[in-house]
Amino acid sequence: MTAQEAPALSLASDVRGGKVSAAEVTERHLALIGSYEGSLGAFVSVLEDEARKEAAEVDRKVAAGEDPGPLAGVPIAVKDNLCTRGIPTTCSSRILAQWRPPYDATVVTRIREAGAVVVGKSNLDEFAMGSSTENSAFGPSKNPYDTGRVPGGSSGGSAVAVASGMTPIALGSETGGSIRQPAALCGIVGMKPTYGTVSRYGLVAFASSLDQIGPLAQSVADAATLYDVIAGHDPLDSTSLDRPSPRTAAGLGEGVGKVRVGVIKELIEGVDDAVVARVREAAEELQRAGAGVDEVSVPELGYGLPAYYLLASAEASSNLARYDGVRYGLRIDAPNAEAMNSATRATGFGAEVKRRIMLGTYALSAGYYDAYYGQAQRVRTLIIRAFARAYERFDVLVGATSPGTAFPLGSKVDDPLSMYLSDVCTAPSNLAGHPALSVPFGTDELGLPVGVQVLAPALEEGIMFRVGAAIEAAAPQLPAPRVGAREDLRT
Amino acid sequence: MSLKTTPEWEPVIGLEVHTELKTETKLFCGCRNAFGDEPNTNICPVCLGLPGSLPVLNLKAVEFAMRVGLALGCDIKPSIFHRKNYFYPDMPKDYQTTQYDEPINVNGCLLLADGSRVGIVRAHMEEDTGKTTHVGGGGRIHDADYALVDYNRAGVPLVEIVSAPDIRSATQARLYVSELRAILVASGASDGRMEEGSLRVDANVSLRAAGTETFGTRCEIKNLNSLRSLSRAIEYEIVRQTEILDAGDQVVQQTRHWDEEAGRTVGLRSKEEAFDYRYFPEPDLVPVVPDFAWQHAVGAELGPMPAERRERLIALFDGEEVPSARIEQINTVVEHGLDPLVTYAAEGDVPPALALARTANEAASDLEGARTVDKDSYTALLRLENDGTLTSKQSREVLAELLRRGGDPREIARRMGFETLGTDSTAKAVAEVIEANLSEWARYLEGDDKLSGFFTGQVMKATRGKANGKAVVAELQRLRAQKGID
Repeated sequence: MTAQEAPALSLASDVRGGKVSAAEVTERHLALIGSYEGSLGAFVSVLEDEARKEAAEVDRKVAAGEDPGPLAGVPIAVKDNLCTRGIPTTCSSRILAQWRPPYDATVVTRIREAGAVVVGKSNLDEFAMGSSTENSAFGPSKNPYDTGRVPGGSSGGSAVAVASGMTPIALGSETGGSIRQPAALCGIVGMKPTYGTVSRYGLVAFASSLDQIGPLAQSVADAATLYDVIAGHDPLDSTSLDRPSPRTAAGLGEGVGKVRVGVIKELIEGVDDAVVARVREAAEELQRAGAGVDEVSVPELGYGLPAYYLLASAEASSNLARYDGVRYGLRIDAPNAEAMNSATRATGFGAEVKRRIMLGTYALSAGYYDAYYGQAQRVRTLIIRAFARAYERFDVLVGATSPGTAFPLGSKVDDPLSMYLSDVCTAPSNLAGHPALSVPFGTDELGLPVGVQVLAPALEEGIMFRVGAAIEAAAPQLPAPRVGAREDLRT
Repeated sequence: MSLKTTPEWEPVIGLEVHTELKTETKLFCGCRNAFGDEPNTNICPVCLGLPGSLPVLNLKAVEFAMRVGLALGCDIKPSIFHRKNYFYPDMPKDYQTTQYDEPINVNGCLLLADGSRVGIVRAHMEEDTGKTTHVGGGGRIHDADYALVDYNRAGVPLVEIVSAPDIRSATQARLYVSELRAILVASGASDGRMEEGSLRVDANVSLRAAGTETFGTRCEIKNLNSLRSLSRAIEYEIVRQTEILDAGDQVVQQTRHWDEEAGRTVGLRSKEEAFDYRYFPEPDLVPVVPDFAWQHAVGAELGPMPAERRERLIALFDGEEVPSARIEQINTVVEHGLDPLVTYAAEGDVPPALALARTANEAASDLEGARTVDKDSYTALLRLENDGTLTSKQSREVLAELLRRGGDPREIARRMGFETLGTDSTAKAVAEVIEANLSEWARYLEGDDKLSGFFTGQVMKATRGKANGKAVVAELQRLRAQKGID
């Protein structure tokens, strides 16, 4: 595995082999953060002291001949809605600006056990609600390909950190596309696992039945490795599937011969011409590599976006009720509990979060429940059935990840509906609970990256990553981002 | 002026009883479920609802909920949890995780001691809230300076038992709650302590014209912390609604608070102001589907319920008419779970009336002792009383000691000085009295049985009441029979 093919794996291999110390790797990346963070805004907090301590522990293990893990010494950015013990976990919200969790998320424990070094908490749309990372209380993150454009969202900080080379890998979270869409807009790999394969314990909830944590990386191999590290049963999450941890990274080289690939008509309709062109080229490359490729129509996917926004907002209205100023986080004092509660929430939440709480509260209200929440649940069932029908003929499905490439900062902030459309290609996978992957494939006419999406049935991450690896291998060389150090790191 | 006639009003009452399950840990986390600990010591990220925390269902709580259901004759169903959304400072997540339209237990019933039957609509699982104390100012919610919240109780498992509207009077409501409490205790799922809040009752009360089927408008009464306040509140509410209806007005559907001191119910909020709880299925939990083997195992562990146990005690009297005083004793014994003592003693040749009386009166006044007393010692003591070795007064004294400290009843009797009343000392006392009253003795020997009472009285006097009358008479008869042989 070369540094070009898998920068994180290559770093870990060098650390394990004693070619370089985790301390040196960490210093180098902290220096890169020092250089680029000012113009990119990827992080809510940079954890210099903690990172140095973790790196020292990895080096101690290497020196002592202990196994330092598959991600030994690899710097990682962790989305700031994942709990880190004693370290602020803000969800990019004023309401949690000062909150320090007394515990680590299960995924944070797992990446540390695998030897990864957490160098920072990355920026997001407040409570993961958004598609551009502009809804952060601490300012937007910027796309390394064009700092006048958004990186996508809500895991925009994680995508920027990886795309710019400040960290080789990152953890993000998805509810309707929040890993895949920013990965596509920043020219990196992003993946949403099957619901229940990665523990949500310690992920600050947005919409519990849709939320999943997943990897962002510069390569499919790195993404698969990070996924293998974080997946596996966790008794602290009742929705965690009780099955052995996956080993998807080991099967990447098996090729796509005889794999049946369906190009979803609905996921290339209505998207930008350049994006459609890249998806078709990727499909042709798969055919060239031995896969059987055909087009398939799954018309039910058209109902996915409205159903998604109803269900996600309904669950969010309940999940975000606890930020009431009583136990933790922001409190705006007032003469009585009810007034304190209102003042705290009015001050602490941003506009988009308030909009979704109101939308969700309405959707669950007596008299409207069945027409909105109930109907959306029926659509969800419909979409699961539609996917099942498509998977009778195909092993994986491909389409666009995002209907367009990175858009200019501020261009959609006053138009929530057009912002919501960013999730149109990704939300169906969250509704179905299925895995999906975005792999960079070329650019548009402006040189902005395009992502191709690979969708698979539940628990078929293995074949999905294999197809992703084949697309990656055939993809044209992506230009280096204007801001960042990916080329520096590869020498 | 027209003649106004008002119908007879029939009360229709349904009760919602919340009971805490006495599991070791809380419903969704590993924190201790304990009453009376230092505030905010049994808490963790889950029961505090910290961001990112997730619930994991305590299977012991499911088992206890099934025990309650099976004890009430319910069907056990696959069930799910819902979120009941409303803001309250002592509710950490600002929603309560509870079962809604798919509860674990449905369709049971309760047979009351008066022979009536009350349907059980459902008995579902839910979590308790924390506890708010208003401090300073007037000390009440609207005029306090500040409030303190203790989250030790947050997440404690509850079962809510919802009765059908089958109850018709305050007395029957009271009977229902006592019976339910006895069942909860017997099932081992709850300790049924109303005073500690582990049993809480809400009453739905409405009136309808006698003989009609449709329900009237109901009011829900909260804050019923004892059986006494339950019946007082229902009686008050029946009078209040009767006056409204007799005046030709309409009862307003509302939640009312029972004010124990003032002895009246006060309106809290009407239906129009009622909360919209925006229930929806809890996405952080999976369905609870107890398989048949598990249900069967839980059912097999359940002992007989109070109604059946009362029947067993009545059966000890072999079909003879059981007077109401004895029924009272049976109810007391069963309510406190002491019926095994009675049946054990009865099987050990103690007359059931004696076993029942001692258990209902003496044993029930020292429950701690009665629950741990050795059944053989208990039976042995009652036998000593029955065969006249101990007087009933002595027997009660020995029993008190036996319950307090345990031990061998004969040994206790000896220590208490009752030993001198054994056969030898009785014979000695009788002999001395005969020696002092020889002419009376001669008349007794000739067959004047009235003198039996005289001698008994003399012996009693000589022993300062410690002798056993029956034993004295037996000794007198023995001596006369011996004389006849001589």
